[in-house]
Amino acid sequence: MKTPLSWITEYVDVPDHVTTDELTARLTLTGLKLEGIASPGAEITGPLVVGRVLTMEPEPQKNGKTINWCTVDVADANGSGEPQGIVCGAHNFAPGDLVVVVLPGGVLPGGFEISARKTYGHVSSGMICSAAELGLGDDHDGIIVLPADAGEPGQDVRPLLGLDEEIIEFEINPDRAYALSLRGIAREVLVSVEGASGFRDPALRETPPANDAGHPVVVEDEAGCPVFVARKITGFDPSAPTPEVIAQRLTAAGMRPISLAVDVTNYVMLETGRPIHGYDADLLQGPIVVRRAREGETLTTLDGTARTLSAEDLVVTDDSGIIGLGGVMGGQTTEMSATTTSVLVEAAHWDATSMFRTGRRHRITSEAGKRNERGVDATICEAAADRVVELLTTYGGGQVDPGVTVVGTPPSMPTITVAGDRAARVSGLDISEERAVAALRAVGCEVSGTGTLEVVPPPWRPDLTDPQDTTEEVIRLVGYDTIPSVLPQAPGGRGLTRTQLLRRRIGRTMAGAGFVEVVTFPFVGDADLDALGLPGDDPRRTTLRLSNPLSSEAPGMTTTLLPALLRTAGRNVGLGATSLAIFEAAPVTVPRASGPAPILPVDRRPTDAELDALDKALPDQPLHLGLVAAGEHEQAGWWGPGRTVTWADAVDAVRTVAGALGLELATRPATTAPWHPGRCAALLLGDVVVGHAGELHPRVCTAFGLPPRSVAAEVDLEVLLQHAVHLRPAPSFSGYPVAKEDVALVVDETVAAADVEAALREGAGELLESIRLFDVYTGEQVGPGKKSLAFALRFRAPDRTLKEGESAAARDAAVRVAGERTGAVQR
Amino acid sequence: MSGPNTEYDPVEVTPLKADEVEAMRDAAIAAISAAPDLEALKTVRLEHVGDRSPLALANREIGALPPQARKDAGQRVGQARGAVNKALAERQVQLEAEHEERMLVEETVDVTLPTDRVRRGSRHPITLQSELVADIFVAMGWEIAEGPVVEAEWLNFDALNLGPDHPARTMQDTFWTEPADHHVVLRTQTSPVQARTMLTRKPPIYVACPGRVFRTDEYDATHSPMFHQVEGLVVDEGITMAHLKGSLDHLASQLFGDGIDTRFRPSYFPFTEPSAEVDVRCFVCRGIDSASCRTCRGEGWIEWGGCGVVNPRVLVACGIDPDTYSGFAFGMGIDRSFMFRHTLEDLRPLFEGDVRFSSAFGSEI
Repeated sequence: MKTPLSWITEYVDVPDHVTTDELTARLTLTGLKLEGIASPGAEITGPLVVGRVLTMEPEPQKNGKTINWCTVDVADANGSGEPQGIVCGAHNFAPGDLVVVVLPGGVLPGGFEISARKTYGHVSSGMICSAAELGLGDDHDGIIVLPADAGEPGQDVRPLLGLDEEIIEFEINPDRAYALSLRGIAREVLVSVEGASGFRDPALRETPPANDAGHPVVVEDEAGCPVFVARKITGFDPSAPTPEVIAQRLTAAGMRPISLAVDVTNYVMLETGRPIHGYDADLLQGPIVVRRAREGETLTTLDGTARTLSAEDLVVTDDSGIIGLGGVMGGQTTEMSATTTSVLVEAAHWDATSMFRTGRRHRITSEAGKRNERGVDATICEAAADRVVELLTTYGGGQVDPGVTVVGTPPSMPTITVAGDRAARVSGLDISEERAVAALRAVGCEVSGTGTLEVVPPPWRPDLTDPQDTTEEVIRLVGYDTIPSVLPQAPGGRGLTRTQLLRRRIGRTMAGAGFVEVVTFPFVGDADLDALGLPGDDPRRTTLRLSNPLSSEAPGMTTTLLPALLRTAGRNVGLGATSLAIFEAAPVTVPRASGPAPILPVDRRPTDAELDALDKALPDQPLHLGLVAAGEHEQAGWWGPGRTVTWADAVDAVRTVAGALGLELATRPATTAPWHPGRCAALLLGDVVVGHAGELHPRVCTAFGLPPRSVAAEVDLEVLLQHAVHLRPAPSFSGYPVAKEDVALVVDETVAAADVEAALREGAGELLESIRLFDVYTGEQVGPGKKSLAFALRFRAPDRTLKEGESAAARDAAVRVAGERTGAVQR
Repeated sequence: MSGPNTEYDPVEVTPLKADEVEAMRDAAIAAISAAPDLEALKTVRLEHVGDRSPLALANREIGALPPQARKDAGQRVGQARGAVNKALAERQVQLEAEHEERMLVEETVDVTLPTDRVRRGSRHPITLQSELVADIFVAMGWEIAEGPVVEAEWLNFDALNLGPDHPARTMQDTFWTEPADHHVVLRTQTSPVQARTMLTRKPPIYVACPGRVFRTDEYDATHSPMFHQVEGLVVDEGITMAHLKGSLDHLASQLFGDGIDTRFRPSYFPFTEPSAEVDVRCFVCRGIDSASCRTCRGEGWIEWGGCGVVNPRVLVACGIDPDTYSGFAFGMGIDRSFMFRHTLEDLRPLFEGDVRFSSAFGSEI
């Protein structure tokens, strides 16, 4: 809400010593937050004066334009008193008009310096200004022509145009709809600023009593439209200009002046907070009827949009059909125009909820709708309509029709019962009941009782309905800035949960392993999943869809972290980071067949069964860990060449994380997108596949702009976190000597090393302390289709030194089992 | 054992000749000190201390002497051998030290060579900021509560006093999931976690809820469809706005420095009433000579978040007796706090995954 300061002080007196900064600081502290103070004329310096056009000679130019060579009387403002010669390209004026002249030496907004310069064969000594050139709106239609009585030539024009004004912008909270008006702001000044006085309520005026002579109005839906006031004027001059002060104030408020009739309705809305609608009365056919629309009825609103209405929309109709979306936007058929001479003024009170729904349904945000949906004073319809009628006839002539239609009565305000000490108890401040009552009365409430207060809010405060509402009023007027700072003492807490600690550990482990954490958006689309090469029936293709995604290309909640990670990796590679390792730990969304989440009551705690139903309606959202690495895992340097990342680095990164949780993961070959079908490991915790790791499919690398042989992994951390080892018993070690045995076994290339190792382990028996595969050889010495696996076995007994031959026997037993299971032959 | 010493004339026997023994000794010591390195010393040892060295041979002859001559000869030869052994040991130590010193000099490397064979990893600054905030609350005895990101509409709105026709619903542009009649949203705030906490725990409740939230904001320098919030909730007996102020002042001083406090301005949130905007004192200019301060843009204060006294309607919907308990709640952006704490003006680097960004923060902030 923007307003010139002078408009506020029209309704309330502020002591002279209170500066604008102090005034706005005080209002900010009581709830009208200062958004900014603008001075439209601040950028204009130098002489800007009233000029009277003495002569104007149209001179056609070669370029097809016609310019006017003018002489303008600016009195002594130019130092000489001689008429000023000025070239002007506009044509919307005539000799004798008062115009705005900036003289040489002046500077206009944008640092535009004015000097006498030669143009079109004349020396043009200054400029005749348009509103746009002065920074007053974007009207380029011509220069400003001041009203004939605006002032004298040579006079400083700034005060006439409001250029010396400070325009204050307030941020209005949704519960303070009353402050969307000068009436409300002035009232806030009265209660907030010390020394402010003399509040003059613009909605407090004598209005003529209702009679039967007015335009007939029938309200069929009293709940939707409790009050409908109609007044009429005739003989109105549609060409009458809007008075400068009204135009300036509307402009300051951010509304474009359009015509006197429209401007006055907007002006009174800003003044009182009550939205007004004006109809061209000659276009109305028969009585006005207010009702709910019938499903599917249509209306073309003022903005030219054809709308299909819902049975919940409140409409204004006449014999021709629907002529307006009540309280939200009027219709085109009865719109006021440049030929309107009879105006029917509607000031009606509408049901706020209905306004909100209609606005949302039709995506209309209007100044009227904004006020109507937040709550307006229901008692000022007659006053507001009367004010409109007064202003229209004052500036546009015509006669006020004696008919005064008033249908309905304003709803009464509720009585709020609240403990007199509630504000004190809630704030922690020492607020006496007297102070609380005084604060409530200051904002317009009627208060009775002691100990327990009966509070009736004023009609402009429909937001006050509960004890907490009146409590807030009291505390904000006492001052939020007086609330002391007291640290509450929590009972001893349990600290971070184990899962929270483990999640941190996972992040640190990954960073320790050289991976950089990234955060990505969880939105995904088919193109992403196609780029991963997921087959049509891959469950990861089933995503939870958003009704209103930001991008139609990513309408789903992702089931996998990989698309975003691969995109991120590709972007980094594109920026020159050709070797990188990134990871993310974030939830993914896995839809499941579920019913709707019920909308439960709010007047009691839902039952456990009801809460259960809420949770059952939600998708699974397991925490995943994803990683992508590309290029060199170890850099080249003086130590030698770099080492390109391999599938094994991806597997090992996941195993390192599992290890940090006290878990060991097994691997087995897998053929899963987006991995290379021959270089992908399924990662298993026991028998459960918790994820996959390996080299990416070459096509995936290409699709995401990654170097060949890039790797990736994704695991479900929920399973790992669930099984993370909590209390580990301390190990005990044998102090007896170790016996080492190495074996090299030749197997078919297709035999998994893990299977050979498992067989060795089993065959070696209890004395085996550890086993480690330390070399893989393929080549001539083992023949085609074969590979040699070299294992280092360590044997040790817990209670004695091994006897000669014992470890060799265990080794032979191990080789035997490996041979039986895997066809391994010792080299 | 030596045989009878009949062949030798004792007078003729070398050990008896003092000058010869001394000559042997001196020759040995000279050779020892002349040995240039450990290898040479080894040869010297063989020559002068070994079994076939003159002194060893002389020593062997002592046994053949008549008893009356043995003592003198034994003493003379023994002293000579002792002197030689001592010189040898000293030279050995000396040469070893020299050798080690030379070797260490030879093995000198250029320690200014790069050592970054494996690149450093790092954690995301928003993760770190979330943990930092969580730790502050944990230190106060609060706990960290969490909940799902895809959330039931009732928990995100209705339970928080944001009924279906509440104008404030338009304040938060919500991502809805399909089908719409399933009433499932991407949470627009972490407040549903507060509701869940109240629904499942009995007061006293002291929790903070950090997490990611979603709004349908177009992505630009100051808006992101996904961002991070931390909310706090306290429900206990006798809780007042003063406790709210105390908690936020504490958080501010922990995050931004000693003496950094907060101020309240009246505001509106359906979840709380009374409600307040909370500003944090600018930690750069501290409100002194703010005019030229870029961090607070001359305000002296930085808009930080929203807070208030938990609306009794919310307590009722969550099964807490508003006559016995009262509470406060607050919420602020983690990304936003991070941005002004680290003077980041455009939030997009937080979500674009440029490794240079995360790497700049390492693993602690």
